[in-house]
Amino acid sequence: MPNAHDMLFRTLADPTRRALFERLCHEGEQTVGALTARAGVSQPAVSKHLGILKQAGLVRDRHEGRQTHFSAQLGALAPLIDWTSQMTGFWQSRFDQLEDLLKRMDQ
Amino acid sequence: MTNTTTETLSVVVEREIPFPPERIWRALTQPHLIEEWLMKNDFKPVVGHSFTLRGDWGAADCQVQAVAPNKTLSYTWGAFGLESVVTWTLTPTSTGTNLRMEQSGFRPDQQQAYQGAKYGWKKFLANLDQVVARMD
Repeated sequence: MPNAHDMLFRTLADPTRRALFERLCHEGEQTVGALTARAGVSQPAVSKHLGILKQAGLVRDRHEGRQTHFSAQLGALAPLIDWTSQMTGFWQSRFDQLEDLLKRMDQ
Repeated sequence: MTNTTTETLSVVVEREIPFPPERIWRALTQPHLIEEWLMKNDFKPVVGHSFTLRGDWGAADCQVQAVAPNKTLSYTWGAFGLESVVTWTLTPTSTGTNLRMEQSGFRPDQQQAYQGAKYGWKKFLANLDQVVARMD
């Protein structure tokens, strides 16, 4: 798993790439042209970044006519999110608060 | 983690608490007390009652499943597209109570739903810069 983590973090460490990925997450599937229009970098640069995101499994491309549409692959982040350990941490902290409350409560 | 779709995951937190079950029961079932340690809520200890737990991170939609005063309490817990059941078990001990919380019913394939959730994303993206900054 460390290798999968490294790849995801390194891929998303670049601010331009991260911005592209975030836009696909928030706004859904988009063409390279649409992404370029708001990316602040050239289309070849956007394409290169999308290629790197694709290698990491973070985006998927779909060809339609001359257009290539990209979409975010949320499942690629699975190695980073361990639901059970997050919930365990949540409940541990709630137990702490519950114990504090029990001490303060009237008999 | 296996790929068996019938497999479910659960989270268990268990603690010895130096207070009797009756006192803990009040903290688990009275709305103004629940709010102090868990979240704002409209809980009622009545089977079938639907309630919402609201935190600054979002809300959980819940429904009471079982109520056995001073012994067990369970309710469904729906948040971020994940359905689970939270069960509290209070067992008296010589020094107080053994309090056990089990949240069960997550299927491994529900991880997908969680990742798509807005909260997970915001938190993940907010933390990313810090994580990246710590890398070589």
